[in-house]
Amino acid sequence: MNLVMALGFLLVIIGLWAMLTQKNLIKIIIGFSIIDTGVHLIIVSIGYIKGRTAPILDASVSVADAANKIVDPIPSALVLTAIVIGLAVTALMLTFVIKLYQKNKSLSIDDYQELKW
Amino acid sequence: MIKQVLSLVAIVLLAALIFAPMLINTPLHTSLTPLANYYATQGADDLGAPNLVTAIVVTYRGLDTLGEVTVLFIATAGIGFLMGKKKKLITPKRPASELLQNGASFLLPIIILFGVYIFMHGHLTPGGGFQGGVVIASGILFMMLINQDWSHNVFLFLESFSGFFYVTIGALGIVLAGGFLDNRILPLGTFGTIFSAGAIPLIYSLIGLKVGTELVGILHAMRGEE
Amino acid sequence: MLNTVFIIILGSIMLVAAFLAVYIKNLVSSVIAAGIISLLASLIYLLLAAPDVAMTEAAIGSGLTTVVFLLALKNIKQKEEDTDD
Repeated sequence: MNLVMALGFLLVIIGLWAMLTQKNLIKIIIGFSIIDTGVHLIIVSIGYIKGRTAPILDASVSVADAANKIVDPIPSALVLTAIVIGLAVTALMLTFVIKLYQKNKSLSIDDYQELKW
Repeated sequence: MIKQVLSLVAIVLLAALIFAPMLINTPLHTSLTPLANYYATQGADDLGAPNLVTAIVVTYRGLDTLGEVTVLFIATAGIGFLMGKKKKLITPKRPASELLQNGASFLLPIIILFGVYIFMHGHLTPGGGFQGGVVIASGILFMMLINQDWSHNVFLFLESFSGFFYVTIGALGIVLAGGFLDNRILPLGTFGTIFSAGAIPLIYSLIGLKVGTELVGILHAMRGEE
Repeated sequence: MLNTVFIIILGSIMLVAAFLAVYIKNLVSSVIAAGIISLLASLIYLLLAAPDVAMTEAAIGSGLTTVVFLLALKNIKQKEEDTDD
C-alpha cells in the first residue's frame, strides 16, 4: 500500500469534483491545479524506494554502489518539467478567463452558453 | 442537482475502476528498473554529472526539455497575444511603501545572485535551470511590486539569445560528439567540480535564462493593462 | 516509520486545504489554500528523496502560481471597477 499514491489519488478526486461541480471559472482552474499536484505526487511516489536516498552521487553515495543506494531518478526528471508546464498552462487559462470576463462581465460558467448543446 | 449526482457517479466509477486497481496492483519497488539502473551505474562515466536528475533532464532526455521550453514559449506568446499591448502602465492608487522599496532594491541583487548560483551548480547539487530561472523571475517580480519601470526589451533579447544558443549547442553535439544535445563537446573534467560534466552547466544556464525570462514575460503580460 | 507519520500529518492537512480551496467563498482565500497544498507537497517530495522536485514545487507551485492567480484576480477586479464608472 503506497500512502503517497493514495494521497495523490484523493487530491485528483477532489480536484475533479471541483472542476465538475463548481460554477466559478477561477474555482475550476483551482481544481485543475489541485489535480496537477495530485498527479505529480503519484508519479514521484512510483519512483520511491524505501530506505534509499536522493539520486546525487557524492561522498556518501559512491559511484560504485549507486545502484543500491539511490531512488529512481526518471520520475523526478519527468515531474520537474511537468511542474513548469503546469504553471504556463494555468497562466494561459487565467488569461482566457480575464478575456471572457472582459467580454461578458461574469465569472459564472452558466453565463457562457455559446458552446452548449 | 442532477448534475452533481452525475458528477459523483462519474468520479466514483473512475475511482473504483481505475484508481483503486492501480493503487492495489502497483508494487512497491525494491530495486531500480533496468533503465534507472543503467543511469545509476553508467551515468557518472558517460556524462560526468553527479546529479543524475540533471543528467537525465539535460542530456539523456534533452529533446524532452527542448520541447518543454518550446511549450513554455508558446504559452507565453499566447498570453502576450491575448493580453494585448499595453497602452500605459497602470498607475497604482498609492506608491509602494518605503520599507518595500528599500527592501526590494536591497534584496534584488542577492536573489538574482542566488538564482545564478542555483543554475550554475545544477549538475552538482539539487536544483538547476528551472529552479534558478524561477528564483530570478521572483526577483524581477519584486521590481514589479515597487513599480520600477524596466525595459521589457532586455528580457525579450535575453530570451531569444538563450533559446538560439541552446539549439546551437545542441546542434554542435551532432558535429563534435555523439548526437543532438550531447554534452561531451567540452571535456568532462574532474568529477564533482564546478567546471565539469562537459556542456551541462552551459546548457542548464541557458535553460535557466530562457525559463526565467519567459516567466517574467508571463508576469509582465498578466500584470494588467489599461 | 517517522516518514509515515510525517506523510500522514502533511497529507491530512493537504486534504483539508483542498476542501477549503474548493468550498471557501472568498476567491483570495481559496487561492491561498491552493498554494498551501503545493507547499506541503514540496515537503512530501523531500521525504520521498526527490530534492530537485521539492525545490521546483516550492518555487513554482506555491510561489509563482499563487502570484499568477492573484494577478488575474486583480485584473478582473479592475475590469469590474471600470464598468462601475
